[in-house]
Amino acid sequence: MRKILLIIFCFFVFKSNASALIEVDITRGNLDPLPIAVSPLYVESGSVDIKQDNEIIKNVGEEISKVIEVNFRRSGLFNPLKKDSFVQNPDIAHVKPRFEDWNLIKAQALVTGKVTVSEDKLRVEFRLWDVVAAKEMLALAFSTTPDNWRRVAHIISDKVYQRLTGEEGYFDTRIIYVSETGPKTQRYKKLAIMDQDGFNVKYLTLGNELVLTPRFSPTNQLVTYLSYFRNLPRVYLLDIETGIQEVVGDFPGMTFAPRFSPDGKKIIMSFAKDGNSDIYTMNLETRVVERITDHSSIDTSPSYSPNGKYICFNSDRSGLQQIYVMRADGTNIKRITFGKGLYGTPVWSPRGDLIAFTKVHKNRFYIGVMRPDGSGERLLTENFYQEAPSWSPNGRVLIFYRETKTDSEGKGFSAKLWSIDLTGYNERLIQTETDGSDPSWSSLLSK
Amino acid sequence: MTRSIFLSLLFHASMIVLTALSLPFMVRAPIDLPPIVSVELIQISDKTNIPFAPKAREILEKKKEEKKRVVSEQAPPTAKKKEKPDRIPLPEDKKEKKEIVKKKQNPEEVKLQVRQASEFEKKELFDPNQIAALIDKSKEDTAETLKKNQKLTQSNVKTSFVSGLTLSEEDALKAQIFGCWSLPLGLPYEENLLVRIKLRLRPDGTVLRSEILDHARMNKPGQGFYKVLAESALRAVRICQPLRVPPTGYERWKDLQLNFNATEMLKG
Repeated sequence: MRKILLIIFCFFVFKSNASALIEVDITRGNLDPLPIAVSPLYVESGSVDIKQDNEIIKNVGEEISKVIEVNFRRSGLFNPLKKDSFVQNPDIAHVKPRFEDWNLIKAQALVTGKVTVSEDKLRVEFRLWDVVAAKEMLALAFSTTPDNWRRVAHIISDKVYQRLTGEEGYFDTRIIYVSETGPKTQRYKKLAIMDQDGFNVKYLTLGNELVLTPRFSPTNQLVTYLSYFRNLPRVYLLDIETGIQEVVGDFPGMTFAPRFSPDGKKIIMSFAKDGNSDIYTMNLETRVVERITDHSSIDTSPSYSPNGKYICFNSDRSGLQQIYVMRADGTNIKRITFGKGLYGTPVWSPRGDLIAFTKVHKNRFYIGVMRPDGSGERLLTENFYQEAPSWSPNGRVLIFYRETKTDSEGKGFSAKLWSIDLTGYNERLIQTETDGSDPSWSSLLSK
Repeated sequence: MTRSIFLSLLFHASMIVLTALSLPFMVRAPIDLPPIVSVELIQISDKTNIPFAPKAREILEKKKEEKKRVVSEQAPPTAKKKEKPDRIPLPEDKKEKKEIVKKKQNPEEVKLQVRQASEFEKKELFDPNQIAALIDKSKEDTAETLKKNQKLTQSNVKTSFVSGLTLSEEDALKAQIFGCWSLPLGLPYEENLLVRIKLRLRPDGTVLRSEILDHARMNKPGQGFYKVLAESALRAVRICQPLRVPPTGYERWKDLQLNFNATEMLKG
């Protein structure tokens, strides 16, 4: 009896729902960047100026908002509006924005904040407002030392980015790269590290030896790279904090193309002997060396999947250089690229869903992505010479380097760092003091 | 006994003979009846979706020979043909029509063509701008075909028994919301990107109440993007106010459900 009553009840409920409602499917929208207003952060009275590297920063609130704006613009996902059009003062806006004013300039989101600076302390609080819904979306505060103000700006950028896009940001990160100076025939190459927006550059080596392919450890404290010490190319390990360097493993020959495992416990690299190179790993704790591939061809550029279960690498075992995927123990090797041209430098995305690579076809270089099974190949950018993509920690942006042609007089050569996002539209030059190559993106610093 | 049977038989036989002989002479000349013509009754809706009449079928076959090109939606028969078709179209005709229309409207196919990286290789000269243009176009195409698809289903199903919006009313509303909706660009492509929002409107088209139907999904782990998507949809509705609703028939559209789906846009 109860069952019957329930059925009758359900019948009426569904019937009443079905009869009245009109459904309209919305399958299109605009893909324009989100208009966002970043109000200068209000500096509370009584605050002091920040002295940093012989520079005096007077209005740190405004400087922070500028850094945030640049981050947003570079991401391609936001359109920071011009400050000239802002009507409301920063101090009042931070307490309670007049949403009608911000609506007028077509802002959909608003960032406001307040800064208090004393001699040894910087306190920043910020709020993110949904202008259309007229409500607060996020409010946070940080305290740090005053010379850390740029990092605060990056952290705010990350928080806003995460709140508005639903995925992690990548602004509070650093990039390690090879800084290059001098003519092409006699380049000085130094390891350099900088913030992802090109500021705060520091040099880690002196430039006496050639250095190549630096890579961050997952904790960002260690760097592994290739150095030609006494003309023998070997994989080195460098502790950024202490500056201590050491050779990785005791190999009777050349080692190259190093990279950390996702847990940071191993380094995977190539070891070459008698014209044949295979992939090896070395455990950093136990120093145990393990051979992963054993083939008469050249196997190199290994990169772990984020879960550590698989490794992608490139090999010329089929005659031409192609990308392969295997289990972390070296079994079950599968070729995944079958397109025309050569494929190299595979890098597994931190999200795990894609592999980025360099492709050479008819003397043109492409940076592209594909799924780990080799399907869905997409070429994002094409140029005269470019290679070595590295993923942003959220798996949305790739950084790589691009070289220009040398003309007949031997001039015109340059190497610059570029970034491109997965849409393939948002391609940006990254400003560096010197020429740069072989960039590697760190993971988020504030995790 | 046998005699009576015999008489009966004789009597019946004579009756049959009589009838056979006499009746034809009594009948007058038959009326000249016209040949029977079957008439098909069709209800005309906003968008015609009737099976193609024979002439249209001929055109169809011709077109099919010409590299299987697509028949325009407006190609269907004239009014005359509807009244006096020579015969009722076979069900096979319908199938043919469906197949061809599918070719045009299958968004998967359009997408694949553009997404295939091997397309790049075919071209000797590779111009990223061109590809950007292609991708742009493909997005428009998919969206357009999708829209058309919906139009058809709407005329087939919805308008027939739900007293909803007419196609032009619905298109006006859609076009308005398309312009207001800024898609969050960082969404994961592989997930279900559908947000259903139920609205109660005022007679002037402003929103009295809005409700996200799958609200529980917002707080599920790994579905952080859904909140962002839902917020963008709500924002679109708010920016668009007042909605372009018909001036009359408030009762008809005061409850409205908008299904925001970002999948096609982001995958293209």
